[in-house]
Amino acid sequence: MAVPASVRFMEAQLLAYKRVWKGSLFTSFIMPTLYLLAMGVGLGSLVDSGGGSPAFGNLSYLQWLAPGLVAATAMQTSAGEASFPVMAGIKWQKTYHLALNSPLSPTNLVTGLMGWVIVRLLTVTVVFAGIASLFGAFTPLAALMAILAALLTGLSFGALILAFTSRLEDETGLSMLFRFGIVPLFLFSGTFFPISQLPIVLRPVAYGTPLWHGVELARSWAIGIPTTFPAWIHILALAGFTVLGLSIARWGFQKRLIT
Amino acid sequence: MEPLVSASNLTKRFGDFTAVDGVDFEITKGEVFGFLGPNGAGKSSTMRMIGAVSPITAGNLTVFGLDPARDGAKIRSRLGVVPQENMLDEELRVEDNLYIYGRYFDMSRRELRQKIPGLLEFSQLLEKRESKVEALSGGMKRRLSIARSLISSPELVLLDEPTTGLDPQARHVLWEKLYELKSQGATLIITTHYMDEAEQLCDRLVVMDNGKIVAEGSPQGLIKEHATREVLEVRFREGDREAAAPLLDRVSVRLDDLADRTLLYVENADAALSALTEAGYSPLSSLPRRSSLEDVFLRLTGRRLID
Repeated sequence: MAVPASVRFMEAQLLAYKRVWKGSLFTSFIMPTLYLLAMGVGLGSLVDSGGGSPAFGNLSYLQWLAPGLVAATAMQTSAGEASFPVMAGIKWQKTYHLALNSPLSPTNLVTGLMGWVIVRLLTVTVVFAGIASLFGAFTPLAALMAILAALLTGLSFGALILAFTSRLEDETGLSMLFRFGIVPLFLFSGTFFPISQLPIVLRPVAYGTPLWHGVELARSWAIGIPTTFPAWIHILALAGFTVLGLSIARWGFQKRLIT
Repeated sequence: MEPLVSASNLTKRFGDFTAVDGVDFEITKGEVFGFLGPNGAGKSSTMRMIGAVSPITAGNLTVFGLDPARDGAKIRSRLGVVPQENMLDEELRVEDNLYIYGRYFDMSRRELRQKIPGLLEFSQLLEKRESKVEALSGGMKRRLSIARSLISSPELVLLDEPTTGLDPQARHVLWEKLYELKSQGATLIITTHYMDEAEQLCDRLVVMDNGKIVAEGSPQGLIKEHATREVLEVRFREGDREAAAPLLDRVSVRLDDLADRTLLYVENADAALSALTEAGYSPLSSLPRRSSLEDVFLRLTGRRLID
């Protein structure tokens, strides 16, 4: 049976990943676990003793934090895969230019890369949710629901950042993306505290970012915290970001690689 | 016989810049065809259009009788491409680079396992199969990109500046490999700005300058048509060049004054040198040599190939 071109390009990413997998263990699994322990368990013991629980659905802070952290970890994973490695393929090692000398098309490349992002998202979120379960953060069903929401979150970031990277001239833009995009989102999109704690003028900013929608869904699906808007709005927002990102990425790859 | 590649009035523009300016050529099966010209002459742009990775701006181009705009993927599946930059994944092993590329052509794992050792042997990299690419020398990397281009058993191989940046020894090893391919009946298209490379490898070539083809033929044919059999390069003492002018006109078919020396196109360089010396114009230095494509290029464009 013929393997689709995009899948074969995805397979190439897997082979190429062999060279960096050790380094990625830290950012993929250890970092989120450290956050879970420091914030969820450490800070959480203080939060739980202060009577904060109504805001956390009468759950422990750890249980409240964990679904959001899975979604935020998905964002980090996608950002990692759709930024520097893509720049390397386009500009540094030019492996994407090479691939286009074969029958593959720019669209195959975009689809294959998104497939690879999904593979990475699945491994990272499943392993991390498993670790969090060991600390009592999840029931198995809650973990599964959080993973589902995290996948949607990761897809939208993967698509948007792929689009962004495809139009970048050099890596300065990528450093900016992490410094002024990913890090602030990670901290202020409702992962560690509800955005109701943000100044009221900043709250609409959160609505425009995929992570907040993802965190809302993760918490609603995993531990039943009511979402700010109806769930379908959050799903639609994430799907919208994904479709938008993929369309721009397709155009960007075409424009960048076919000259 | 139906040509493998056929171009008429082929044009490539990038914004206001015309990289390829209405060129015509045909390439037939089994020949080694060269694009010779300086950097920026439009060779690589032409190559990328043939490779169906760069849309043509105007004119006509068919590869294997197919239109690259419509059947790009079909064309690429029958081509082997050695890009100007190696585009190897430096951190992966030698054989992984071949494997990944083979998969792009929808070759099965089994096919690739059978094919890769032979290619590594051909490119003299068998012992390096498990080394990371970054550990290879420049010549080895170049041979690996050639091996990679052959993985899908292409009907036509495009080599863009195959030996640029290599030391003389590595160039000769590479030439041997290309000869080997040629003797097996492969059709090769080569771009180069080295005239010796074009002379050594090409059955037929076009000379490109500023996006245009300025001459076409076999290396020997071009030399015969545009240059004499031999060239005498001389540096005169102060004032001798002017004084000797009538004599120079008599002994040479044509001459070119460069900044530091004068090139005399002659049938017999040694005889011309004797004539100069006998007339009392013995030069500061002299170099009698056979004509080359470099002289053809200079003749056609008034410039040297490599400045």
